[in-house]
Amino acid sequence: MKFLDEYRDYGAVQQMAQAIRRCTTRPWTLMEVCGGQTHTIVKTGLQDLLPEEITLVHGPGCPVCVTPLEMIDRAVAIAQRSEVMLCSFGDMLRVPGSTQSLFDVKSLGADVRIVYSPLDALQLARSNPQREVVFFAVGFETTAPANAMAVWEAARENIPNFSMLVSHVLVPPAMEAILSSPDCRVQAFLAAGHVCMVMGFEEYFPICRKYRVPIVVTGFEPLDLLEGVQMAVAQLESGRADVENQYARAVRRSGNRPAQERIAEVFEVTRRAWRGIGEIPSSGLRLREAYRRFDAEARFAVEIGHVEESSECIAGLVLQGLRKPYECPAFGTRCTPDTPLGAPMVSSEGACAAYFHFGRRKEDGNPLVSSATAGH
Amino acid sequence: MATLSCPLPRPATDRILLAHGGGGRLTNQLIESVFLPAFSNAALESRHDGAVLSADGARLAMTTDTYVVDPLVFPGGTIGDLAVNGTVNDLAMCGARPFALSAGFLLEEGLSMETLRTIVAAMREAARVAKVPIVTGDTKVVDKGKGDGLFLNTTGIGVVVAPHPVGPESVRPGDAVLVSGDLGAHGIAILSVRGGLEFEGEVKSDTAPVWPAVEALLETGIDVHCLRDLTRGGLSSALNEIATVARLRITVEEALIPVSDVVRGACELLGLDPFYVANEGRFVAFVPESDAGRALEILRSHTVSAGAVRAGTVYENPSGIVTLRSRVGGNRVLDMLSGEQLPRIC
Amino acid sequence: MCLAVPGKIVTIVQEEHLGLRRGKVDFGGIRKEVCLDYTPEARVGDYVLVHVGFALTVVDEQEAQRVFEALRQLDQLDELSENGT
Repeated sequence: MKFLDEYRDYGAVQQMAQAIRRCTTRPWTLMEVCGGQTHTIVKTGLQDLLPEEITLVHGPGCPVCVTPLEMIDRAVAIAQRSEVMLCSFGDMLRVPGSTQSLFDVKSLGADVRIVYSPLDALQLARSNPQREVVFFAVGFETTAPANAMAVWEAARENIPNFSMLVSHVLVPPAMEAILSSPDCRVQAFLAAGHVCMVMGFEEYFPICRKYRVPIVVTGFEPLDLLEGVQMAVAQLESGRADVENQYARAVRRSGNRPAQERIAEVFEVTRRAWRGIGEIPSSGLRLREAYRRFDAEARFAVEIGHVEESSECIAGLVLQGLRKPYECPAFGTRCTPDTPLGAPMVSSEGACAAYFHFGRRKEDGNPLVSSATAGH
Repeated sequence: MATLSCPLPRPATDRILLAHGGGGRLTNQLIESVFLPAFSNAALESRHDGAVLSADGARLAMTTDTYVVDPLVFPGGTIGDLAVNGTVNDLAMCGARPFALSAGFLLEEGLSMETLRTIVAAMREAARVAKVPIVTGDTKVVDKGKGDGLFLNTTGIGVVVAPHPVGPESVRPGDAVLVSGDLGAHGIAILSVRGGLEFEGEVKSDTAPVWPAVEALLETGIDVHCLRDLTRGGLSSALNEIATVARLRITVEEALIPVSDVVRGACELLGLDPFYVANEGRFVAFVPESDAGRALEILRSHTVSAGAVRAGTVYENPSGIVTLRSRVGGNRVLDMLSGEQLPRIC
Repeated sequence: MCLAVPGKIVTIVQEEHLGLRRGKVDFGGIRKEVCLDYTPEARVGDYVLVHVGFALTVVDEQEAQRVFEALRQLDQLDELSENGT
């Protein structure tokens, strides 16, 4: 497939890895923000190609993992209403709420559907006028234009039985929250390429200046990630701190204007709670007043019981890159994909699940635990 | 209602979940905790696709499978094809020539007669191609709303022609891992017509009987150690099951394993990993290193395994893990799935 | 949120109803209908990155080549230094 295969080419990747090795003289800690980037790193074993000095910590760029527990409970409660058809991306289905996940209630008879696009949910609303179709709108800025369009169309066409449960989060505030933490060990960021594809990367300049950290807008294929690392390390090695764009084939500095306009028309910035991290001001989106009639939170008054996280789960520390998943006492034992204690073990992008499935299980005598990950 | 795939696994389950049918971890747990203790005997303990039995000196294989698929008719086949080929293939995986099949139909009230005829015609054709008669059967009808249209069970009997036991217990360190062709066609064909995810593209299920290819291997005296057809849970599940029982490590190379362009395109779009997508006409074969070249030649000379490749090797390591060397040279563990794979957007 | 896949625009249709732009995009042989409203500059034959049914950018083919150019140059430098020693 064009624009994918070339960035997975063995020769090119090996060459880039060599370029990194050549310019690395000291240990550096980098954070890749986006869950999709984590997925690639772990799935391709990319850490194996990096010199020992480079540590990649996985950031909170997994909207599934950071969706507040209370929001999952709300989705679950709404899904259980007999008139509701709850539509969601596949990612959300297995995330545990306080007591249940969407899949749990689906297997008990709730009408929960997996869709590829919010427009599919809108179509379900058109073809099922007697049902209340609720779309669980979770995501970062990348998904906001799509969700905005669905609401915009629903408004234009006056579709009464469509609504959205919104749990959108924004990346730059999360990066700032990580950087302002006293324990922060992150020295450079690989910024989320597809978020920047929509929003541009203007917002990163003030962050870069304030904290003096290199920020490299990076793509998702192995070659992209390695090039991003190379650019970040080159900056670190020479004492620079700039915003650079590795993913220029997809990202322009000003981003996608029509998409930003539609987002601004439908949504407004609000504060949001991030599961495992806490509340971050101005870090989320909610529907504007003019579109509030499509807000499922307002439309369905549901009872949420007492919301409680597992006391063992250290998701917050993992999401901020302060612990590796296998440093959690419950990892692989009490907490597994079959028996998750927290969201990062369930979401395919969650750092814990990625580590579990793709193999950094120290207790297995796993020959793949490289020295780069052991002891960090 | 079209259900996509299997849901959340849960710690202590007091009721059956859809995930128990997914073919992954939970299915195995169910077998280990409910069925095996109740029915324990040597044949069952071998945990293989079929049971190999000795009846007055004759070696027979027996297998059964119940087919549940939505939709009943999909690009490249019907539930009927799956039911015939699937059972024929399970017998083949025991090194047995299919001898006879039975077919049990659980029909939902209201199922269209035309659909039933289509499925039955498909079964007749599949049985003809596989050279196996359907010799007995059963029919029941359930109330509307309880049957998903049609559930189909086929049970097969075969004559074991493999001279030595074919199964995970025969796998040895150093064995070559062969895959009979490209991955994921069946799963993607089903998804292409599932509501909410449909797309256009020429993806057809790979449902087919594999016995001719297996027979050829056995006839030329290749020392086949193990065979496993790739069904739910894909290549990864098959390899994990074998590695776990054999207590050996299996390593495969991503770059060697074929995936067609359209299956790849669909997997990229939906965020699926082809190693976990279902197949219905593909199998893995474990043969000694010295037989690998010849085995591949033989497989490639049969249509059903024309795309056969050497995918990897077996190593001494009791952990029973399956590892993958990625296209770009890094390594990871190819883990067993929990539940079934879901499309993702992140 | 991350999974955006590159595909080639095969057809473009301007909807009557709400004036929206839709198109058929090809992903290695799979075709899906995609909303092209956010890429008004996109033409048939262009490659776009698609996320949950929406094209969000047209791939800059020139930029896409850049990294391979850089690697080629690195390669040539390597050869030179090898020959030099």
